[in-house]
Amino acid sequence: MSMRQVFVDTVEDVMRHDPRVAVVLAEISRDAFTPHDRVINVGIREQALVGVGSGLALSGLRPVVHTYAPFLVERPFEQIKLDFGHQDVGGVLVSIGGSYDDPAWGRTHQAPGDVALFDTLPGWTVRVPGHPAEVGPIVRDALARDDRIYIRLSLRENASPHPVVEGFTEVRRGRQGVVVAVGPMLDTVLQATRDVDVTVLYATTVRPFDAAGLQAAVGRAAQADVLLVEPYLEGTSAHLAAEALADVPHRLRSLGVRRDAELRAYGTAEDHDSAHDLDVLGIAAAVRRMFGHPAAAA
Amino acid sequence: MAVKSESGFAGLPALFRRMSGDEKHEWAAESTLDVLWVLYDRVLDVSPDRVDDPDRDRFLLSKGHGPMAYYAVLAAKGYLEPSTLDTWTTWDSPLGQHPDRVLVNGVEISSGSLGHGLPIAVGTALGLRLQSRAARTFVLVGDAELDEGSNHEAIALAGRLGLDRLVAVVVDNESGTHGWPGGVAKRFEVEGWQTSTVDGRDHGALHPALTQDHVGPLAVVAKIRKGER
Repeated sequence: MSMRQVFVDTVEDVMRHDPRVAVVLAEISRDAFTPHDRVINVGIREQALVGVGSGLALSGLRPVVHTYAPFLVERPFEQIKLDFGHQDVGGVLVSIGGSYDDPAWGRTHQAPGDVALFDTLPGWTVRVPGHPAEVGPIVRDALARDDRIYIRLSLRENASPHPVVEGFTEVRRGRQGVVVAVGPMLDTVLQATRDVDVTVLYATTVRPFDAAGLQAAVGRAAQADVLLVEPYLEGTSAHLAAEALADVPHRLRSLGVRRDAELRAYGTAEDHDSAHDLDVLGIAAAVRRMFGHPAAAA
Repeated sequence: MAVKSESGFAGLPALFRRMSGDEKHEWAAESTLDVLWVLYDRVLDVSPDRVDDPDRDRFLLSKGHGPMAYYAVLAAKGYLEPSTLDTWTTWDSPLGQHPDRVLVNGVEISSGSLGHGLPIAVGTALGLRLQSRAARTFVLVGDAELDEGSNHEAIALAGRLGLDRLVAVVVDNESGTHGWPGGVAKRFEVEGWQTSTVDGRDHGALHPALTQDHVGPLAVVAKIRKGER
């Protein structure tokens, strides 16, 4: 079952007993939801999508605002900033599409900058599940709260889920440094670091950033070397990792969707992983450059 | 929290001057003054001691630029201490050039960037309807503000959703550079709104226009002489 289907099923299940929950859509996923008074499709009107979500929150409801990532976060960005943040109301924004889930559609349907944009706004929790089984608890938690939450769903996923926790989860412990894998990047990171003696931390909650968890993992390693591997714009969390390690001489490198050029290519998501060095080969190469050849660690 | 001293329409100029300065007469040119007064004095089911009542009417000032008339009316109606007006736009004053709902008692939305209030009002009216509340939602926009496309998303949507407890007041002083050939009201009519166009200074005309029975959403275009703000 896809992350989106788990999201829809979870929301519909919660709606059965929580009359506060209302869903606003802009055509995308309209057929995934069963018709309901509190599922409102506004049409292809993304400014109204977010504005209506804000109004629902002001009236006392818990809005779930959902569409494809660029049309949820980028097109109506000022509505997110003002209609939720500046009004100081809560809401659950849920995107699908990730950075490049469907690259045949080209640049218009890619949103690698979404989490970086949320970083310009105070008060948002950002959660990036890496497996459909992690989506249920994340969505239930979001619906039960009153604050502002962005949930980033993708077709990319790890082979198995991890328990959903607030901070980072230590998946593997090593001595040479720390690799942080966000959401769907985990399996690729584990393969790419298979022969390297590093700690691997898994993150589904990326905002707030688990500074204490990173500090603790770095403290246990012999070297304060940190590699961030994120499925969105490279270095999105670098400022927070640097801040967490401000008192420790450290090295920090970031992998993610490249910032330097627009990639005008279609193909598959795997092709794009490769182009951004986010496949096993690309990450393994970065790991070797940072942590040395596996033989050196022996 | 309700403030005890209330004043009538005749008291507004004195309240206004606490912000604009003694020598100025800007209050007379404030395009929203009469609409705001009629709403707060005779139309809205609101009061300073019910600002969190879920059944209160909602008034959303989308045209948040130039809020002196709004603050004056809020002070006249007991939402603000008149002395607070003296602090306006200073560092720790709750009163800025654009209103902030977090800082001012009774202010329903923070506004200033144009084109946000009408979509939020559609969501508010929809949310109240979903909760079976009878409260009405009023939103005030300017004719130039309608340049923002977000309004047209909301106008079409409100019509299709049949939001019969939503009222948009368009204060029309013909300030939009490119204008609205055929009139502002037409933009609402084609989307299924009931509309009235009245003299925006005439309290006797504004009141029946704002309280008329309507099927679907209602738009009241309050005409103000061109050039008056």
